[in-house]
Amino acid sequence: MTNIGSYDERVKNFSWSIAEKELDYKDGDILNIGWYCSDRICNMGKAGKTAMIWEGLGGKEKQYTFNDVRLHSNTIGHFLRSLGINNSDRVCLFMDKLPELYLGVLGILKIGAVAQPLFSAFGDESLFVRLENAGTKAIITQKKHAGKVQKILDRLPNLEHIIIVDYDGKKPLREKEIAFSLEDSKPVEKLDIYPTKAESHSLLHYTSGTTGQPKGVKHVHYSLISQYLTTKWVLDLQEDDIYWCTADPGWVTGTSYGIFGPWSLGVTICVLDTGFSADSWYQFMEKNKVSMWYSAPTAIRSLMKAGDEAVKKYDLSALRHLASVGEPLNAEAVIWSGKVFGKPFLDTYWQTETGSMMLTNFPGMKIKPGSMGKAFPGITAVILDPETFEPITSPNKPGLIAFQPGWPAMMRTYWNNDETYQTKFKNGWYLAGDRSTIDQDGYFWFIGRDDDVINTGGHLISPFEVESALLEHEAVAESAVVAKPDEVNMEVVKAFVTLNPGFQASDVLELKIMNFIRKKLSPLAMPQEIEYLDKLPKTRSGKIMRRLLHAQEWGEEIGDTSTLEDD
Amino acid sequence: MATNEEMKEVILEYVIEEYADEDDDVQYDTPLISGGLVDSFSMVSLKRFLELTYQISIPDEKATPEAFDDVNKIVELVQEYL
Repeated sequence: MTNIGSYDERVKNFSWSIAEKELDYKDGDILNIGWYCSDRICNMGKAGKTAMIWEGLGGKEKQYTFNDVRLHSNTIGHFLRSLGINNSDRVCLFMDKLPELYLGVLGILKIGAVAQPLFSAFGDESLFVRLENAGTKAIITQKKHAGKVQKILDRLPNLEHIIIVDYDGKKPLREKEIAFSLEDSKPVEKLDIYPTKAESHSLLHYTSGTTGQPKGVKHVHYSLISQYLTTKWVLDLQEDDIYWCTADPGWVTGTSYGIFGPWSLGVTICVLDTGFSADSWYQFMEKNKVSMWYSAPTAIRSLMKAGDEAVKKYDLSALRHLASVGEPLNAEAVIWSGKVFGKPFLDTYWQTETGSMMLTNFPGMKIKPGSMGKAFPGITAVILDPETFEPITSPNKPGLIAFQPGWPAMMRTYWNNDETYQTKFKNGWYLAGDRSTIDQDGYFWFIGRDDDVINTGGHLISPFEVESALLEHEAVAESAVVAKPDEVNMEVVKAFVTLNPGFQASDVLELKIMNFIRKKLSPLAMPQEIEYLDKLPKTRSGKIMRRLLHAQEWGEEIGDTSTLEDD
Repeated sequence: MATNEEMKEVILEYVIEEYADEDDDVQYDTPLISGGLVDSFSMVSLKRFLELTYQISIPDEKATPEAFDDVNKIVELVQEYL
C-alpha cells in the first residue's frame, strides 16, 4: 500500500492541515526545521535509529543515529552562537557532501540563523556574488576550499568568520579563519532552540535568471509542511526505507529532499561523497540496500550509457521506488529503468522557487513515459496563454506553466530583490518560466524554458553571468551564450565570441577561455564549445540577438530578423 | 614521440594545475572522476587538452568516467589514438 493511496481521493479531500496534524503543528506554534528533523524524531522514540549512512573517498564510512544528529546539530549551533551568530544572520555552507554539511544546516536553523548552502565547485567569482548579495556573516567550509574564500575576502566586509571543519594544523590559520572539529567538540546535550515561527527565514538558495546576477530565493520554516507531505506521498518513504537522494545540498533538492523531507519523517538517508561512476553508484546501493532512490536525468542517462550489463553485476533487489528531478526525464530513460531495475523512474517537476514538488508522477498512478505527471494535491497548476496570461482550457495547447500561489514551501521573495520577485506573477498566477502542454487526462508535458536560462544537468545557468565573465578574459571583445543540445545533460553552455585585436582564434585559446570560466564561475558554467565570429548578430539598437544563435544550435526557424543590424 | 613516463608527467602536471585544490595530493593513480576531483563537465576540458597536446581525436564514446579515472588510465587511452 502506498502512502498516498488514491490520488483522486487525496485531491478531493486535500488540506495542508493533514501535514500540520501529522507534525503536531498548530497555527502560531514555534516551528523550527532543525528541531523537527532531529529532536522531535528522538522524542518519538527513534533516538537510536540510524539517520545517516555516509561514505566518502577511499571507502571511509560514518554512521549517525538521530540522537547523534540532535547532538551534533546542537554542537554546531552552540559553536556558531559562541562566535556571535544570531537569529537571521546568514551562514554559508561551502563544502563537499561531508556529514558537517547535513548536520550544519540543522545547527544553523536551530539558532534561528539562515542557512545558505552553496555548491562547492563554484569558482571564486560565483562564490563572491552570492556571499556579497546575502551579506553572509560566516562561512563553514573545508581547508581545500578556503583558498577561494581568502581570494575574495577583502571584498566581503560582512564576512566575519571562515570556519574550517577539517583543519589539521599543517598550515597556520589565515585571516578570519577558525578551526572547528565536530568530532573533537564536546557534544552539547541541551541547546536553547530559537523560537522560529512559520514565516521565519530559514534558507537562502541561489538560482540564475536570464539577466542580472543570481537571485537569492528566500524560504521560511513553514516550507517543511510541503516538504514533509510531498516526501511522504511522492517519494513514498516508509519506516524501514534506506533512502538515497543523490543531489548536493548546495542545490534545493539536496535540502528539501536530501535533508528535510526524509529526516522530518525519521527515515534513514544515505550520502555518497565521491564522484560519479556507474560501478561506484551501484556498489553503494547494493552495500546499503537502498530502497528508495531520488536522482536526476543526467545521472540516469549516464547510467544508461554505462549499459545494462553494469546493473546486472549488482544485487539491487532492495530497490522498490525510483524518482527523478532536475530536468525533463525522457521517455527512453523511464522505459529503460523499468527494464533494468524493474521499476520506472517517476519524474517530478519543481524548482528552487517552489521549494517542493509541484507536478509529479505518483506511486500507483498510470505512468505516461516522458510526462511530468499531474499536480500535487493542493496545488493548482495551469497552462497560461503567453499573450493574455489566461488559463488555456483545451488540451495539448502549449503555454506557460503557472501555479496559484499559497503552498507552504513557496519562496517568500528574492533576497534584496523584491522587484524581480513581483515580475514572476501575472494575473495572480506564479509563472514558473517553463512551457508545457496538458493532455486530455491532465498530464503535463514539458516543452522548454520560456527564457534564455540554460538547464544543464538540472542546474540553471544564466547566459548573462557567463557572458559577463567571458568579457573579463583579455582575448574576448564580445560574447553571447546560448544552450546547445546535449544527449546526457539535455543542454550545455555554448559561447560565441569576437576577439580583441592582437588575438588569434585557435583551439588553444578556446581551451584557455573554457578553463578561465570553469575556475571563475563553475564547471557547469564552462562553455563546452566556443565559436569564434567576426561579429555577433545584433539589433539596430546594438542588443545581441541571442535568439538567432540559439535557433542555429537547435536547428530551428530563425524567425523575424527585421530588427537585425545591417552589415 | 613522448614516452609513457613523459606523458604521465605532463598530464599529472596539468591535472594539478587545473583541477586540484590546495590540499589535494594527486598522484598517477589518484581517482580523478570517482574521487570527485574532476567532474563530468570538466572532463570536456581535460579531453580537449589531451587532443590538443597529443594531436589526437578521442571519440566521445571512449571518453568515459572510467577511462579518465586516473592519470595511468588516461595515458593508456591516449596511447590508443596516437
